[in-house]
Amino acid sequence: MEIVFLIFILVLSIFLGFELISKVPATLHTPLMSGANAISGITLAGAFLAAGMVDNEMGKYLGTAAVAFATINVVGGYMVTDRMLGMFKSKKAGGK
Amino acid sequence: MNIELLANLSYIVSAALFIFGLKMLGSPATARRGNMFSSLGMLIAVVAGLTAEGIVSYEYIAGGMVIGTIIGALAARLVGMTSMPEMVALFNGSGGAASLLVGWATLYGGSIETFTAVTILLAILIGGLTFTGSLIAYAKLAEVMNSAAIVFKGQRFVNSLLLAGIVYAAYMFCLDPQADSQWLYITLGLALLLGVMAVIPIGGADMPVVISLLNSYSGIAACAAGFAINNNILIVAGSLVGASGIILTNIMCKAMNRSLANVLFSGFGAVKQGKAIEGEVKPVSVEDAYYLFEAASNVCFVPGYGMAVAQAQHVVKELGEILEANGCEVSYAIHPVAGRMPGHMNVLLAEADVPYEQLVEMDDINPRIENVDIAVVIGANDVVNPSAREDEDSPIYGMPIINVDKARTVFVLKRSMASGFSGVDNPLFFGENTRMLFGDAKESISGVISEFG
Repeated sequence: MEIVFLIFILVLSIFLGFELISKVPATLHTPLMSGANAISGITLAGAFLAAGMVDNEMGKYLGTAAVAFATINVVGGYMVTDRMLGMFKSKKAGGK
Repeated sequence: MNIELLANLSYIVSAALFIFGLKMLGSPATARRGNMFSSLGMLIAVVAGLTAEGIVSYEYIAGGMVIGTIIGALAARLVGMTSMPEMVALFNGSGGAASLLVGWATLYGGSIETFTAVTILLAILIGGLTFTGSLIAYAKLAEVMNSAAIVFKGQRFVNSLLLAGIVYAAYMFCLDPQADSQWLYITLGLALLLGVMAVIPIGGADMPVVISLLNSYSGIAACAAGFAINNNILIVAGSLVGASGIILTNIMCKAMNRSLANVLFSGFGAVKQGKAIEGEVKPVSVEDAYYLFEAASNVCFVPGYGMAVAQAQHVVKELGEILEANGCEVSYAIHPVAGRMPGHMNVLLAEADVPYEQLVEMDDINPRIENVDIAVVIGANDVVNPSAREDEDSPIYGMPIINVDKARTVFVLKRSMASGFSGVDNPLFFGENTRMLFGDAKESISGVISEFG
């Protein structure tokens, strides 16, 4: 039953994703991609489990590497997206 | 209230924040705040993840996070806007690697059911091919390796064999899912190889498609990892990213009038050449260009990858400002596949402080292109090639283009007469109303600016 439940979530999120993203204007496609990169760093939440295990050395090393990679995505992704979006200025706001 | 329930409730909050953040990306005015919301959601998810049952030691987690933070922060600070495509390619790869590793590490967690084994394998497979595929995409974008398509005889056969091998190895693994199974290593190795094989036949100008697709894969891999460890925030966030990548891929393909299969499997060879073009190229001097600019009341810039290479966005903006002060209407028309990734040109122009109201899409400019006095083509070629509209024999026939040839005058800034990425001649250069401004785009424009001075 749990599998059905997870697939249920999956299907709904995909539809939601399509709805949301198709409204993003072409101007913002690059920030959209880097922002998506950041969100895919959510794997971090899963990597914690693996890295925090003590009973297996190998599992721990793999988990730690996963934590590092996912953190690159989260930190780098959000920071670079913010940097980019900060450059988009409106005429009214007096973009100099 | 127990802590697991609390963690799951937090995941709902962070999912809502991700969704809200993406919704706010719908307009440049709210986008930055949207990104803040999204990152707040991530913070909540991360804290909730840290409370998960079964985590006993935090040293390794802390170590991994410190390393990741340093690399990520440095990369985000130091990267130039021109190299944004390379950066996104590397981030895609790192997302893929993370999912691969999570899937792999889960195998060491104890006995595994068949369904879990399948999802772990999917995480490893998709994560693995995203990882190596992105590295190759990076190498091509950074020109570490030749960005042209690499095709060889029997390529499809080799790839089919590779795919069959993966399916077989994956099946054998699922029969007896063990962390030390040899089939695991075979699957992993083949998946990494597949990533390389999938991206080498794709040429430089098709990179927007590949980057979008790999972006999507990195989300799907996170999704698979979510199934492997029964975590619904991974599934929600992963599928949002997956959907986003697929939509972008689709937009890019439409903008090139090619199917995804065509982009992925047939390295864009200049297989057939369209009609030979006859006519005369009319060069123009910087001084004459100035007189035309001075008299123009509507100027439209059409940037392409060449503008990024020449780093000309700042002088372009400067010229735009001078023209505006001269009472001229200025716009920047951007083709969806201009540059090396979706939205590449928009970011470069935004960096140069061009207000986003002046950035217009292809479909907005084309109906009123006849009113444009001067269309300035900077380092773009295929996206303004009228053959796409007129010459049925042309390899790019049917691709939507910005109809600059219908503007009153066209200035083409170009280094030489070499053809564009697709290797197709461009009749625009021989057009009646076309003037070629040869030389480095940045220098030519600076030249015009100093005439104004």
